[in-house]
Amino acid sequence: MIRQTSRLRGGSGSALPGLIVEKMYPHFLEDMLAQLPDGVVIVTGTNGKTTTTKVITGALEILGKKVLTNPSGSNFTRGIVSTVINNVSLGGKLDHDIAVLELDEAYAVQFIKRVKPRYALALNVMRDQLDRFGEVDATARLIEQVITSTTKFVVVNADDPHLVAATKHTKAAVFYYGVDASLRPQFPTDDELLAKLEKKPIKQNNELLVKLKAYSHNTPTFLVDKKAYVEPFKIQGGYNYQNIAGAFALIKLIIPSADNDEIIESLAKVKPAFGRGEIIQYNGKHIQIVLVKNPAGFRQALNTHEENEDVFIAINDDYPDGRDVSWLWDVDFTALKSNGVAMLSGTRAYDMALRLRYEEVPAYHVIRNISSALDQYFSNTKQSQLKIYATYTAMLAIRNYLVGNKDLGESS
Amino acid sequence: MKKIMILNLYPDEMNIYGDSGNVLTLTRRLQWHGYDSEVIFFHPGDIFPNDVDLVIGGGGQDSGQKKISNDLIRIAPNLKGLADSGVPMLMICGLFQLFGHRFVTENGTEIKGIGIFDAETIAKDKRLIGNIVIETDFGKVIGYENHSGQTFLKNGQKPFGTIIKGEGNNTDDRTEGARTNNVFGSYLHGSLLPKNPVFADYLIKTAVQKKFGKTSALKKLDESISARARESAESRPR
Repeated sequence: MIRQTSRLRGGSGSALPGLIVEKMYPHFLEDMLAQLPDGVVIVTGTNGKTTTTKVITGALEILGKKVLTNPSGSNFTRGIVSTVINNVSLGGKLDHDIAVLELDEAYAVQFIKRVKPRYALALNVMRDQLDRFGEVDATARLIEQVITSTTKFVVVNADDPHLVAATKHTKAAVFYYGVDASLRPQFPTDDELLAKLEKKPIKQNNELLVKLKAYSHNTPTFLVDKKAYVEPFKIQGGYNYQNIAGAFALIKLIIPSADNDEIIESLAKVKPAFGRGEIIQYNGKHIQIVLVKNPAGFRQALNTHEENEDVFIAINDDYPDGRDVSWLWDVDFTALKSNGVAMLSGTRAYDMALRLRYEEVPAYHVIRNISSALDQYFSNTKQSQLKIYATYTAMLAIRNYLVGNKDLGESS
Repeated sequence: MKKIMILNLYPDEMNIYGDSGNVLTLTRRLQWHGYDSEVIFFHPGDIFPNDVDLVIGGGGQDSGQKKISNDLIRIAPNLKGLADSGVPMLMICGLFQLFGHRFVTENGTEIKGIGIFDAETIAKDKRLIGNIVIETDFGKVIGYENHSGQTFLKNGQKPFGTIIKGEGNNTDDRTEGARTNNVFGSYLHGSLLPKNPVFADYLIKTAVQKKFGKTSALKKLDESISARARESAESRPR
């Protein structure tokens, strides 16, 4: 019956079948997830949830677990109900070992009222889409509730003071990951993001289960059990490696028998998620799309800017992007000063143009309509490398223009 | 080169929603108008500087407001002296609230303000969020509001503007912000000044005239980008 309901939409991640099942079977979610022998993992935080969830899921699968996970964008309770419906057998059985769920802070608080996670991974608390949650402190309180309701192991970014403070009331065992002191300036916390004075020293009294020691553009070095592990990854970017240190720690706790070499090799094989540093070949050009949604994420993404690439920035202000574009003024764009920006697009292209004007970064073209901007860009450029920074709905439009609806990360 | 000193109040605690864009806009426009500028980042406990031509402050979270409120009261006489002498100031959101008499937070605690504006702010359940357009002495001013505190002006306190679109100070009286002499308070983020160059130049011109006496009019700058940004912002849903 449940599966038939899902066939009404045949859909992955859509909310309608979830709505119907929830009406007929109110404890559906609790009962189904209770069958999983390794329980439920919640991945939460402001930045990096989608990529980190994909990395944990991919690595656990390589290590032999059958993993239930929610497609990005359906990270609300009803979307998770739909994910379960699509995977449950006719007899109401889930034959997965574990669920790894990406949950937006606000939705996570709804979810934990019904299902207590066995594991939680908390990545960071940053100012983001504040028009939805209010304030950074409010977001931290939401994450604290998730950590407090977790039953077995909590893995927390030791470099984020909001998160360290949020572990106070949990009965679960708390483990930390972090970055080496030499890397700290590259990973500012929300409080440091705009502080004009020298950085305050960050306490790091906690023993770290996994530490990001160093990284080059595609190769992180992790320090685990006093030994260095170096491996080239499919996913790039220091901010991803910081989160992957957390994923590494989490997997050690989930599968204590796995050795560190096995874990890092499986982590390294996972490809970037949809529009998150994803690389697309288009008309002989090498294009990387980077989702940007808040100052910390945009700033970290700009750290990967290379001199030999064109830059295209698309800023939309639809609801999923956040209606407020004030945050663009908190991003430091000086990295783009020498080459300038080839094209600005999106509903708020001119806010972005204004931002760059005050930073004295040249912006060569502004076309609000995204398809027209891409048409114009591709008909004029000779450059073979392009980096696109885009807010959520702009990213979807750009991907659709370049590859249609294909999810390249899964298919290849 | 002639130099304008900008005092930026509590940049570590009161900097939410991109308000740092206001400081950048002033320094760049001063540069484009042919003036040098220096930003003094003022932190709790700092000695109040003697030479101040412009004062800027931003929004913060409740926790940030609590951290700086005692220090703000400490420097209130300095700020009131500058306000009385006509120094231009712009206080956004959290500091706008504390430039009134008091702010009563969600859990009923009262944070004392410095009373440059005859106003008080009460936290309410409903957050007032969205694009906002107001009519002011400087024409239409466009920004984004995001606050749960509602501010009520008293005894003929002049507002900064009246609402064309959005909520402003509160859900009742269609006023936005406050103005006393050249001290302005407002809920508008965006940042406020980049998209509202006429108002930005009023602050600059006032500071320049006060410091250097009668000067020639400010240069006309290219406002084509801010004009387009204003058009887009105005056309977007609330």
